Amino acid sequence: MAESGAMRTETFPVGVVGVGLADETRQIPAGEPPPLPPNAELAVIGKPHPRLNGRDKVTGAIRFTVDVAPQGMLFARILRSPHPHAEVRAIDTSAAERDPQVRAIVHAIALDDPAHAVVRYVGQPVLALAATSMSAAEEALRLVRVDYRPRPFVVDLDEAQRPESAKVYDAGAAPGSSSGELAAQAGLPVEGNVRGPARASRGDVARGLAAADVLVEGEYRTQVQTHCCMEPHGLVADWRPDGLTVHFSTQFTAGVRRELANAFDLPLDKVRVVVDGMGGGFGSKSTLGNYGRLAVALSRQAGAPVRLTLTRPEEQMDSGNRPATHQRIRLGARRDGTLTAISVESHGTAGVGLNAGVGNFAQSIYDCPNFASAQYDVFTHAGPGSAMRAPGNTPGAWGLETAIDELAERVGVDPLALRARIDPSPVRREERRIGAEKIGWARRHAAGADSGPIKRGVGMAQSLWGANVQTASSIEVRILRDGSVEALSSVQDIGSGIGVVIAQTIAETLGLRPEQIAVRVGDTNYPPGPPSHGSRTTASITPPARVAAWKLLRQLFAEAAPALDAASSDLVARGGRIERRSVPTRGMSFAEAASLIKGDMLSATETRSEDYGGFRRTMGEAALAQQDLGGVQFAEVAVDVETGIVRVETIVAVQDCGRPMNPLLLESQIHGGVLMGLSYALYEERVLDRNAGRMVNANLEAYKVAGPREVPVIEVEVLENLQGRSATDAYGIAEPANIATAPAIGNAVYNAIGVRLRSLPMTPMAVLAALGKAPTRS
Amino acid sequence: MAKGGWSRRDVLSRSVYATAGVGAAQLIASAAAAGTAAPPDASAHDVVLHVNGIDRAVRIESRATLAEVLRGPLALTGTKIGCNRGACSACTVWLDGTPICSCMIFAVEVGARAVTTIEGLARGTELHPVQEAFIAHDAMQCGFCTPGMALSAAALLEQNAKPTAEDVERAISGHVCRCGSYPHVVAATLAAAEARKG
Repeated sequence: MAESGAMRTETFPVGVVGVGLADETRQIPAGEPPPLPPNAELAVIGKPHPRLNGRDKVTGAIRFTVDVAPQGMLFARILRSPHPHAEVRAIDTSAAERDPQVRAIVHAIALDDPAHAVVRYVGQPVLALAATSMSAAEEALRLVRVDYRPRPFVVDLDEAQRPESAKVYDAGAAPGSSSGELAAQAGLPVEGNVRGPARASRGDVARGLAAADVLVEGEYRTQVQTHCCMEPHGLVADWRPDGLTVHFSTQFTAGVRRELANAFDLPLDKVRVVVDGMGGGFGSKSTLGNYGRLAVALSRQAGAPVRLTLTRPEEQMDSGNRPATHQRIRLGARRDGTLTAISVESHGTAGVGLNAGVGNFAQSIYDCPNFASAQYDVFTHAGPGSAMRAPGNTPGAWGLETAIDELAERVGVDPLALRARIDPSPVRREERRIGAEKIGWARRHAAGADSGPIKRGVGMAQSLWGANVQTASSIEVRILRDGSVEALSSVQDIGSGIGVVIAQTIAETLGLRPEQIAVRVGDTNYPPGPPSHGSRTTASITPPARVAAWKLLRQLFAEAAPALDAASSDLVARGGRIERRSVPTRGMSFAEAASLIKGDMLSATETRSEDYGGFRRTMGEAALAQQDLGGVQFAEVAVDVETGIVRVETIVAVQDCGRPMNPLLLESQIHGGVLMGLSYALYEERVLDRNAGRMVNANLEAYKVAGPREVPVIEVEVLENLQGRSATDAYGIAEPANIATAPAIGNAVYNAIGVRLRSLPMTPMAVLAALGKAPTRS
Repeated sequence: MAKGGWSRRDVLSRSVYATAGVGAAQLIASAAAAGTAAPPDASAHDVVLHVNGIDRAVRIESRATLAEVLRGPLALTGTKIGCNRGACSACTVWLDGTPICSCMIFAVEVGARAVTTIEGLARGTELHPVQEAFIAHDAMQCGFCTPGMALSAAALLEQNAKPTAEDVERAISGHVCRCGSYPHVVAATLAAAEARKG
């Protein structure tokens, strides 16, 4: 770290490359490297380099947590409640205990406390056991006798709000806070199953609505979406006398390590969390979880490694989900569309958990002097929600961007022209310009204008997401005496390819190629890195990677300078060599320079410093950059009004993420966000049987995820939006790419058929119902 | 999707653990109480499976799926289990060159047929053109569905040397990829087809 307080002035190019860059000065820590120019002037950063572990992935060599099988490993299964709500009166494990293949049993319910001897959703863990084989564990579960006394239950969001409905929690017993990535506001009132409201406001929304020429009011609904990680949640816990090692399919090795140390009263140096291949998280794998706690307790009891992996039905029922929402939105506007008021009231359900909100989307994206929101959590007897790819803002954008599209229609202003009036963001202005041209916005017709049964339409929507940074993000870089370079951090690669991005950052700095950097991640034996959630990985770990490499290079120059008859300041690293800037022929290979190192290696460990000029906000180890991440997406759809089937033909996604580090991997991420958003818009829905309280589609065939034949043409463009705020100026993309897709499709559907759908998913039945061609649900 | 007329129901009704899930467990419990070890597994079979060109001798239970045997005793963990009921294709392997869901076939059904897993797609260190193309086009993200995808794509190219994008989409249509790799998988497969022509 730079000596605290020692700063120097640097000049950075700031703005969108291709639109206009202006010089801005920043105070930066004295020990940090000079500003990077735009990507076009860089050798390796900003280039489409394949990921470093690609070969391991295509050969099946990379090991996921489910593939880890240490000697003597036991297999764990969880006994789960078959009831949506019940007292647990007794648990008889005697038969299971007598089974010689069962080596450990751990309870998840404390029977001695009546307030806690309750199950509140089908699938809630009651206990876990570990046995010598998977089949032995499954059979042993059937030996356990549980005496449940069922209670009335409610699984429907609307029904749960009625005063006479069954209560999920007794008075005073509702959760007051939540762990993980999202923190629910503490101390909110609870009445029946309804907790809240969490309020936000500015100006005077009543006055704003009264002053409006035009009022748009609508109710918008979004469904529960499950993460459907292809690798199930799971871990291999190995409790040994000398320490606990956990292989964990996790988005946050360093965080889970701390949770384990706390939960099991261990010093941090006795806890190690490791992950290599990681089969998807999307927000659901950031914490230790019930299942993690159970597996570690089983390992401790059995004195053997224990693998606990969820089955697909368990994944669907109890590994987190995106909560459902019911939003009432009122917009007040002048005749030209400029906004006078936005009011949002939202009731959402995260089952027995919290955080079923609509984020800060409506509050933050548009110029509007008067705003008020009231967000409520409604408890239902269903599996708890968790963060899922842009929590809050994804359903929030569905509501608001649909309402704004309705406003555009009401005032007779083109939706793009309306955004130009109300959206202060110059970055999104450029994104709209690019996207409109790519989709062919100019040929967009009036809503419902196509004749014939196949009606086409074009729509658009926008995205806003905070540029998150985790300041407790560290990385060690080493140059070894033979010229090899290593980078080490506990940060985990969950599929976004952070490994090659770190390699590109270091290679650029050292004048090497990415393949020459050995990146070792996913192990808490290395310096603690950031979580891979909140789209913050790249923003958190690449700046300290550059700073560390830069400091090592200074040291290497000091070693090489005498041999090259030069001052250190006259040396540059490029093309695998250390050369005199002014006399390039006077130089040596990187390896030769490294051989001059006294001792075996040079090492530097750096931690993410503050954004130059400061963060907008800091909350513990997490911070928000000054500028939000944007994005604009356009959709072209074809709707068959006889079948109700919506075919998305084209999506144009124009996004920004600061300095794009690797366009190949960014494109993959954006495809992922778009396809998840498309799937959310049209197909996915957790369905609970309201008479049994059970999820009826706890699988991958009746829970519909978009497949290869639903994929539209996806055109991607990423702006290079330089801000001069860190050593790499790079930010994230995963969540921003997921926010605008559903409303873009919904607005395109409206343009196609002239009828507005306000609820997700837009299934064929929903489309036919909107067209008045199908019986509506009573 | 069971071939050869076997279904899981058939096997369960013939095994020691038929419907007597509780009965069998009581058997074990009383044996344990008597101080003896768990009884020998009456449904175990010694078979030879031909996997990636090598004969592998293995002792397996009747109820074990090919996916479980590949991943367990054969330690070929490249084949993944995503749903265990043929809905996601993560467990895809070739049976005599045809892609199948290995979670949907019992290991005892395989017989003399040749099994090819992802570990058998490359020739030593020489990757299959589909694998090279997957790397170059970033046809993967988390990588969990990738082995199955690569095998389906490679099988397509054996059948159809000049596929269209739609042909590729159809060939991989059973695969669930939550990360959204489909567009790059299609691009990579088309590129691999081009490369093979040369």
